[in-house]
Amino acid sequence: MSFLTLEPIRLLLYLVGVCAFVGANAAYLVLAERKGAGRIQRRPGPNEAGYAGLLQPVADGIKLLAKQIMVPPGTDALLFRAAPLMVMAPSLMCLAVIPFGANLVARDLNIGLLLVFSFGSINVMALMLGGWASRNKFAIISSARVVSQNVAYEIPMLLVVITMLMVTGTMNLNEIIHQQAGWFWNWNVFKVWVNPLMPVTFVIFFICMLAETNRAPFDMAEAESELVAGAFTEYGGMGFGVFFMAEYANIVVGCCLATILFLGGWQSPFGALSGVLGPLWFLLKMYALIFTVIWIRWTFPRTQFYSLLNLSWKILIPLSLFTLVLTGVMIKII
Amino acid sequence: MNPSLEQLTEQFTGLVGANGPAGTPIVAGLAEAGPGSATAATPVGAAVAAPAAATGALAPAAPPPLSPVQTVNHALKGYDFDATVAPDQVAAAAGILDASGFSLDTVTGVDWIAQDQMEVVYDYFHPTAPLRAVVRTRIPRANPELPTILHVFPGANWHERETHDFFGIRFLGHPNLKPFLLPEDADFHPLRKDYQP
Amino acid sequence: MIAQKDSISPGSSLRAGGPAGPEADQHCPNETFVLNLGPQHPAAHGVLRVLMTMDGEWIKRAEPVIGYIHRMHEKMGENRTWAKFLPNTSRIDYLSAMHYTHAFVGAVERAAKIEVPPRAEYIRVITSELNRISSHMVWWGALLLDLGGFTPILYAFDDREKILDLLEGLCGARLTYCYYRFGGLYNDVDDTFLNGTREFVQHMQPRLKMYRDLVTDNIILRKRLTAIGGISAELCRKYGATGPVIRGSGVAYDVRRAEPYSVYSRFEFKIPVYPESDSMARYLVRMDEMEQSLRIIGQALDQLPEGPVMGKVPRVLKLPPGDTCYAVEAARGRFMVRIVSDGKEVPYRVKLRTPSFSNLSLYEEASKGMILPDALAMMGSLDLVIPDIDR
Repeated sequence: MSFLTLEPIRLLLYLVGVCAFVGANAAYLVLAERKGAGRIQRRPGPNEAGYAGLLQPVADGIKLLAKQIMVPPGTDALLFRAAPLMVMAPSLMCLAVIPFGANLVARDLNIGLLLVFSFGSINVMALMLGGWASRNKFAIISSARVVSQNVAYEIPMLLVVITMLMVTGTMNLNEIIHQQAGWFWNWNVFKVWVNPLMPVTFVIFFICMLAETNRAPFDMAEAESELVAGAFTEYGGMGFGVFFMAEYANIVVGCCLATILFLGGWQSPFGALSGVLGPLWFLLKMYALIFTVIWIRWTFPRTQFYSLLNLSWKILIPLSLFTLVLTGVMIKII
Repeated sequence: MNPSLEQLTEQFTGLVGANGPAGTPIVAGLAEAGPGSATAATPVGAAVAAPAAATGALAPAAPPPLSPVQTVNHALKGYDFDATVAPDQVAAAAGILDASGFSLDTVTGVDWIAQDQMEVVYDYFHPTAPLRAVVRTRIPRANPELPTILHVFPGANWHERETHDFFGIRFLGHPNLKPFLLPEDADFHPLRKDYQP
Repeated sequence: MIAQKDSISPGSSLRAGGPAGPEADQHCPNETFVLNLGPQHPAAHGVLRVLMTMDGEWIKRAEPVIGYIHRMHEKMGENRTWAKFLPNTSRIDYLSAMHYTHAFVGAVERAAKIEVPPRAEYIRVITSELNRISSHMVWWGALLLDLGGFTPILYAFDDREKILDLLEGLCGARLTYCYYRFGGLYNDVDDTFLNGTREFVQHMQPRLKMYRDLVTDNIILRKRLTAIGGISAELCRKYGATGPVIRGSGVAYDVRRAEPYSVYSRFEFKIPVYPESDSMARYLVRMDEMEQSLRIIGQALDQLPEGPVMGKVPRVLKLPPGDTCYAVEAARGRFMVRIVSDGKEVPYRVKLRTPSFSNLSLYEEASKGMILPDALAMMGSLDLVIPDIDR
């Protein structure tokens, strides 16, 4: 045991663990999405490779890996190659501070929340560079959309996070979870005595999370019926595969964060059984959120770009500002 | 707004004259319009007045010239009103129908190679009245030119381009008579009867 | 914001303060680029190519380039007999093949003065209306795909499958039917078809209500279509747009009423008209039309007379000289066949006036100043079938 508690060994284990977690999630969330879409559309979904299609991600992965990564002439080859890495690396970094259980966290940082959001913002830059380097008109339109969309939704999201900071008083994610111990009404989303608008705050956070990860109905960046594949139009093989995986990795990070901030993280809903079963509760909540994300995608059409921006600037930002002020007032009074 | 057949007949009779285009010389094109320059035109009065009846070699034996403006039984022909005008009158005819609220159905051609002529047919339908009108004109095959009706019905743009593609009929004043349905470099007109693929 | 015409080079600097919209034209007149949408593009239905001169995401000019699937049906008509051209007509608009064969068959019957038995006419109406529903289902799914909603098309194709099965039982074809013949039909309907059609009418009515609740009333869909893509009645008239496009502009023009053909005058049905002229109006027109088609099918099934399904047709069909027109209301609008005969066994000229051709021709004018996603949504609401445009 003493060997395992050595700091470098521990870090190495966590690094491998986080990479494996992201990889497995990205691969199998694609399958889950396709299966989920199949259920929604009354068809079986992929079911040929392996039992019930369980080997489909492996087959997809082999296919993508076997393909040549084309760098079209005239592109900025360096940026073109760097963009997929830049979109993947930050989400891996974010997972380093996510506590899956009481002790199951790679780095228990005091500024965990800040770190997640600082790395999370790199995503937009990577997409923009990828689109810009592609030398493709569809990709450039997509890049312009990504930037304006992510900038617009970063603001209400951060306002919500500030609200949560005021409520919890800490940026340490494990600390935030510890504060939500007990029965499920102690979760932040139900703490209406702290702020009556807490459920609304959660919904704002969830919508912003959808928009930040470019998921339907806010998938302006990809918008395949308009922009072919948006910023990824010129990517093929694993270049495209990494973008694709990063999308799911970002969803995982976003849903993890929503779980931690609002749904009590690894706390059980009944006040007991959160110790050893903690990771289970955490994953349960996270995958429930991810399923909601998938469900929304296959149910709604895409929004218009300007109504998307209107939603942010005219509704979400004023609303989140209001909750911020309200929380401040409530904290002062109580 | 809704016109009657009598009104249309009256207006078109005013346009083409009592004897119709059969009485006036067919001009070879708008560029050289005027009675004095009608030398290239062949005397085709009978064929113009009875286009449907003129059938190849049978043309001389065709029935006596019909009136250029006539009402037709819709159940038999599929249209109510049939007017034959001179090539330079198609825009005026379109103007009359436009003022009566007609909409452009299609513009097309027919190659009457036996008479060395091209027929251009303008179909109109009425969006609110149960009326269908046909305006037709004949131009010489050697120099198939007639004015565009683009300024009256902008929708004629594509129809005229298509007719130019298929028959080589030049619509004077049309801004863009490039190949449309045919390949970009097409210099042939497949619906001409003498077209050899 | 984006560099000129054809060179979007990563090296060129991103200028600050790009154009904010069409009003920014005068400041930087050369800041447009040409977006070549198609002929292979997931949003273009088939091989339609649109050259879009764009200012950012605003369209300054969208010029459709057509002809990629041009097959010259009109020339084919001139070198085969009347009957041999009949299968061609179902290939023009493969989604509403029944209507197209109906128009050609009707034109020949009109010219040759062939009597069609009433039972055949009723069955023609039933199959035509079934075909209209199946065509609208494809449009509905494809429009939702354009708008980014993936699921409806699978439900639409599920319903369409039932129609295809019914029609397949009649004539063996699932898409390019050649069921109508000069003077009647290829064969009589059987009980399987009649009962199946009754069942389908029963099945479809609640389905349409479900689609209305789940899709039509969806707020995102409403926002995507309402007050966007306006086409005025005058624009429709000037360009000869017909079908749901003109009915979505408040004009109750329907060939089934304006020039009643077959036995349509014997049925009660409403022509859905929406005066809003936007994409939503065209959407609602088609959704309502499916209900009206079901009404017509129900009435025709109830009134279906007994008797033969084939009239007297000469063995060698020679049409009297002259031209004849026949128009039908196809799923996309007015389809007219103009045939010119010189008394021989082969047509002298066959002109096919297709609705999508005219409906698309107004796109350039109607899409000016729109934003790209809206313009594509509007294109979806026009319900284009590219072979129908190119012929």
